[in-house]
Amino acid sequence: MKIDASKPLEYSTEENSNKIFGFWVFLGAEIPLFATLFTVYFVMVNRFANGPSGKELFEIGPVLIETFLLLTSSFTIGLAIHAMRHGYKKAMMFFMGITLLMGLGFIGIEIDEFFTYVHEGATLQTSGFLSSLFVLLGTHGAHVSFGFLWGAGIMIQLWRQGITPATANKAFIFSLFWHFLDVVWIFIFSFVYLKGLM
Amino acid sequence: MDLDKFKVHGEPLIYGAMVSIALATIGILVGLTYFKKWGYLWREWLTTVDHKKIGVMYILAALLMLFRGGVDAMMMRLQTAAPEMKFLDAQHYNEVFTTHGLIMILFMAMPFIIGLMNVIIPLQIGARDVAFPRLNAVSFWLFFMGAMLLNISFVIGGSPDAGWSAYFPLASLEFSPTVGNNYYSLALQISGIGTLITGVNFIVTILKMRAPGMTLMKMPMFTWSVLITNVIIVFAFPVLTVALALMMFDRLFGSQFFTMANGGMDMLWANLFWVWGHPEVYIVILPAFGIYSEIIATFSKKNLYGYTSMVFSMVIISLLSFLVWAHHFYTMGQGVMVNSFFSITTMAIAVPTGVKIFNWLFTLRKGRITFTTPMLYTLAFIPIFTIGGVTGVMLAMASADYQYHNTMFLVAHFHYVLIPGAVFAVIAGFHYWFPKVFGFRLNERLGKHAFWWIIISFNVTFFPLFFLGLMGMTRRMYTYSEESGFGPLNMLSFAGAVGLAIGFVILVYNIYWSTRYMPRDTTSDPWDGRTLEWATPSPIPAYNFAIVPNVKTRDAFWAAKQDNVPLFEDKITKIHLPNNTGKPFILGVIFFFLGFFLVFSMWIPAIVAGVGVIIMLAAMSFDRDHGFYVPAEEVIATEKKLRGETV
Ligand code: HEM
Ligand SMILES: [Cu+2]
Repeated sequence: MKIDASKPLEYSTEENSNKIFGFWVFLGAEIPLFATLFTVYFVMVNRFANGPSGKELFEIGPVLIETFLLLTSSFTIGLAIHAMRHGYKKAMMFFMGITLLMGLGFIGIEIDEFFTYVHEGATLQTSGFLSSLFVLLGTHGAHVSFGFLWGAGIMIQLWRQGITPATANKAFIFSLFWHFLDVVWIFIFSFVYLKGLM
Repeated sequence: MDLDKFKVHGEPLIYGAMVSIALATIGILVGLTYFKKWGYLWREWLTTVDHKKIGVMYILAALLMLFRGGVDAMMMRLQTAAPEMKFLDAQHYNEVFTTHGLIMILFMAMPFIIGLMNVIIPLQIGARDVAFPRLNAVSFWLFFMGAMLLNISFVIGGSPDAGWSAYFPLASLEFSPTVGNNYYSLALQISGIGTLITGVNFIVTILKMRAPGMTLMKMPMFTWSVLITNVIIVFAFPVLTVALALMMFDRLFGSQFFTMANGGMDMLWANLFWVWGHPEVYIVILPAFGIYSEIIATFSKKNLYGYTSMVFSMVIISLLSFLVWAHHFYTMGQGVMVNSFFSITTMAIAVPTGVKIFNWLFTLRKGRITFTTPMLYTLAFIPIFTIGGVTGVMLAMASADYQYHNTMFLVAHFHYVLIPGAVFAVIAGFHYWFPKVFGFRLNERLGKHAFWWIIISFNVTFFPLFFLGLMGMTRRMYTYSEESGFGPLNMLSFAGAVGLAIGFVILVYNIYWSTRYMPRDTTSDPWDGRTLEWATPSPIPAYNFAIVPNVKTRDAFWAAKQDNVPLFEDKITKIHLPNNTGKPFILGVIFFFLGFFLVFSMWIPAIVAGVGVIIMLAAMSFDRDHGFYVPAEEVIATEKKLRGETV
């Protein structure tokens, strides 16, 4: 494998830079995926049938915590990559760990939120609105959960192998994914929760 | 557990199919054991990451599916050959046209094209491999397992029966209570994920792995068409992913997306389906344009006329393909403005398509044309596809469509575009590139026999349908009365379908015959080709190119031959290749079971399979396989041997 020392480690081989580019293309596919889910949500947003509306359901408190967790974790994953560039393995692992813990916190709150909704009689089956709400939030939540497992796997590899062109590449791609989830969340926060509460 | 769910109720045809599937499976298993081929199969094929072998497997699977979809088609044509036929009942007819459409488009045309592109694209751009060889194997196995999942629906639980477009509320649990449409959502989902991965892989391959000197505007036309196609895949398939997921939620978990009550909306399905579905049509047709462009230039011995306009017209077609979806439901109560918008965008597609047709004609003009089998298909494509296009413009007019909608006219139209546009193209490409992969040509005489059977019978089969449509025969109608007067033309169409079947049999026989008797070809350039794939020896060595070519012009290989522009200037050095791996295959098998368990709502096994998927993904991530190097001496020896020199 030819390593080009003039580039950051995660880009240093041809394979590595192809992987990063490939991941960007994949994120290109995630955009229509979430765009479609948002579209479905906007089509369904007023179709409550006999179920509750967003205004009756949403609570700003937990959502603000979720937002705080995800936004901060997007910052800490940035710190992890920064540490990686300087070759500080411990710091990198530390920040990645924090990132994943915050992700876990996010998932926990979201699950709790779902339980609350169902408890209040708002289920997937209740109305078109709720079906689209659960599927949109659930898809994002599933991405975060998947990201948690993925990130944990990368941390194990980092711990065993250290910062190598291969692990640096994986961690960098993971960070792109994590930032992307953050962006999607901002849309959910604004157009689902804030708009729903208005 | 309720075993009754798995049973498909009594029909001699289905029992016959069960028995033949069982016999074929047993035959294959016994044969593999008897000839001790298990190891060979595993080492050389199931675990391969070589893009050429993956391509060959795609094409084999597509040919099998062509057979399956073709049997469906024959059954339909037989059933409607005469009034009041009793061959299929209404339910069975529904299942047959549904699986026919699904299989032909998603499991035959598209995989065939993906197969050709797997084999050829890295060669055409002078690359040693695709960008992500292991992911490529994942793509193939997901496609293959999705196809198998759909195919077993016929004998286990029942096939989907709401049409290949699966309109709601018809496809909902209420109106399609069998598991058929569960199969639909899961089989398509699994293979669709594979397709999306292919899209990502080939975009990166084409943009990042071209040989030095090959700028975008020096790329061969097939490569261009594949690049654009994969961009469409990456933007269109996620919409299908969502649509199918929502369908699954509605059918398995009782959500309310497409229901008629509780705030659901059936038209949402129609929109989502066609936002993906119309671009899908271009996913199968644009690569065909690329294939034809290569063949026309090669067998006219001329540069392709209007290269730049060819590229731009494909780009424009791909953009427009996302803006026309609602022409599939003009009559479903959307407003005048909406219909007009979609009418105009649809007709606009005729312009860039026309540009391409004229470019092909100008390429032919004053060319030194040789009428080989691939060239014959190409020449036949031009007028037949034009008929399809013209009738397409007729359908595009929203007001007129109220007349043709859901009649045989439409069925005739889309077969007139899809068969020359996709099927003839893959057959032409198959004949054209066959010697590259296997080192010998297909027999030309048999090839031409098949050609004439197919072309003539195609028109006999489908031309009458235009008139049947205008006479008012609706589509998806399993039988009709004597008084309707539809009988004679349907009989004619059936006769044509028999001819088509004969043509395809000759085509397959040709493969068998040529494998046994055709002389092996040592030049590696049987057609006097123009593009880089003809610069490697055939059959192609694992590493594709011993030396990466240096490209200076379009049609680089032609330039190398005509003007002595050197193509291979560097020295042979060791070459890096990836190792085989069984993980993609295992992942595919687990996905198959995951899909199967979900179809039958068997939650616990489904969860186990889901965990299995995650474990496999982790195993692939933890894999520390760095591949291996082929030493320079070995490369030199292989090259000499393949080029017929004695070592
Ligand atoms: C090989 C000869 C073929 C014959 C004889 C044939 C025949 C038919 C017939 C009779 C129908 C409609 C029946 C009805 O509406 O009642 C049909 C539908 C259809 N065919 Fe074909 N077909 C052939 C090949 C193909 C190919 C190659 C493709 C695509 C690449 C294709 C795609 C479709 C689709 C999408 C439908 C619509 C299915 C639906 O209504 O859900 N067919 N075909
Ligand atoms: Cu369309």
